[in-house]
Amino acid sequence: MMARLFALILFLASPLMAEEVVLGMSQNRIAITANFDGSEILLFGAVKREEQIQSSPPLEVVVAISGPSQPVTVRKKSKKLGIWVNTESVDVDLAPSFYAVATSGPFDEIMSHVEDLRHKVSISRLIRSVGAPMDVQNAQRFSDAVVRIRTDNGLYQMLEGAVDVDQQTLFRTSIKLPANLTEGDYSTRIFLTRGGEVVSHYETTIDVRKVGLERWLFNLSRQQPLAYGFLSLAIAIIAGWGASAAFQFIRQGG
Amino acid sequence: MLHCDTLKEDMQIYLPIAEVSVNAFLLLGLGGIVGILSGMFGVGGGFLMTPLLFFIGIPPAVAVATEANQIVASSFSGVLAHLRRKTVDLKMGVVLLIGGLVGAALGVLLFNYLKSLGQVDLLVKLCYVVFLGVIGGLMFIESLNAIRRAKRNAPTGKRKNHNWIHGLPFKMRFRVSGLYISVIPPLLVGLCVGVLAAIMGVGGGFIMVPAMIYLLGMPTKVVVGTSLFQIIFVTAFTTLLHATTNYTVDMALAVLLLIGGVIGAQIGTRIGTRLKAEQLRVLLALMVLVVCGKLALDLLLMPTELYSLGAAGGH
Repeated sequence: MMARLFALILFLASPLMAEEVVLGMSQNRIAITANFDGSEILLFGAVKREEQIQSSPPLEVVVAISGPSQPVTVRKKSKKLGIWVNTESVDVDLAPSFYAVATSGPFDEIMSHVEDLRHKVSISRLIRSVGAPMDVQNAQRFSDAVVRIRTDNGLYQMLEGAVDVDQQTLFRTSIKLPANLTEGDYSTRIFLTRGGEVVSHYETTIDVRKVGLERWLFNLSRQQPLAYGFLSLAIAIIAGWGASAAFQFIRQGG
Repeated sequence: MLHCDTLKEDMQIYLPIAEVSVNAFLLLGLGGIVGILSGMFGVGGGFLMTPLLFFIGIPPAVAVATEANQIVASSFSGVLAHLRRKTVDLKMGVVLLIGGLVGAALGVLLFNYLKSLGQVDLLVKLCYVVFLGVIGGLMFIESLNAIRRAKRNAPTGKRKNHNWIHGLPFKMRFRVSGLYISVIPPLLVGLCVGVLAAIMGVGGGFIMVPAMIYLLGMPTKVVVGTSLFQIIFVTAFTTLLHATTNYTVDMALAVLLLIGGVIGAQIGTRIGTRLKAEQLRVLLALMVLVVCGKLALDLLLMPTELYSLGAAGGH
């Protein structure tokens, strides 16, 4: 009885919060300005611990940044009457607009399958429940297509070995955010693992927002679309008239 | 060298509605080239610009809506040059416009219906291939014949269009065009162009110009200015519809394209007056055929990526 209680206390007390993440970031706000051309975010941190450093299994770090999730319709083309036509479509309920995973080693080795399932870290675990119609076979292929297309566009990144860990205490990594970012809160998760098990994790958000003229135009287009439409037309007509008048002037002058 | 690199980097611009970052010089250049063509041929240039915008990574919905806005600018610039040279038949333009506005409204209804069926992309592309193919082919053959006639120094003679069109009622005199014809054909031409403009996201000049020459028998000199006149109003209407229903007009993108576009249109109009009408038509026909061929290949060849992503739920 005593032995079992002792084991339970040991289990509760042990590795859970023995090691904690202290995180620093180069920026926790990203402003999308008129000349925004992507951004690189530098994450660095230290592992805070009360006791001696365990030497084995070694400490590994996994960093995951995830953009806001939106539903996506995936369409598949096939050949009908000699031309390529969209024939099947599947709605993927939730797929992040951006997702990057940086690790200190090969992902399969530093995070176990069970932990990956629990925390939904790897790219293949991201895309949730596919509402496929009954007549569509291989619905999995449709969510694979989301991952493939977004990986090609640099929106999904798997950066194995991109996190540097020094003396099991300091770690740092940098993640490139592409130019075609969506606005929103980018959740940032850091996992410390030992032997595939997550020993500690830390969560924060990076705020990605349009600012200045970008913000103003975007808001106007959504809140007062008619005024926005007329403003677009006015600019077009003034530009057209201006160019015409300028050329007229140049011709008469010369 | 270093200076050049920084400059290049500085010219990246983030488009607020399209949510992509593009090189500003690239957009100015595209606007300029398409503007020159627009001024030369009296086409809005949308049928060239819209696919080019897809190619540089602008989302299709934004490309189509913004292009309508840009066509307003380049057409306005072009029509002013034509008004000064009195090569616009305003009366004919108004008749075409009435048809055009009705057509654009019908086109939007049709577009939304096709969208609910989920096949709008295909039908847009098929429309492009069919219309560009037929019109480009006809124009090419006709204008080659005209050039051959001109070379033989034979009198070209006036086009004699004494066909069914002259038997229709509601005749009206169009003094600038030197025509006395029924208003029904120009109304129908305007209507068809309006429908196609709304579905294909173009000004429709590439269809209207040949229709005016071959169907209505208008003199080539006034055709360009008159079509630009009609295009301004139809595309302005389309821009407003897109801005209020789909929120897809990107003002920053439009401004960059139209700065290039209006300058190009002015240059193009001047080049156009120096070329012979037949040469102009051969060039336009060739361009139409090239775009048609490219789109047809896209439909016929197996795409490298069979799957495509879109916003869910048809908003």
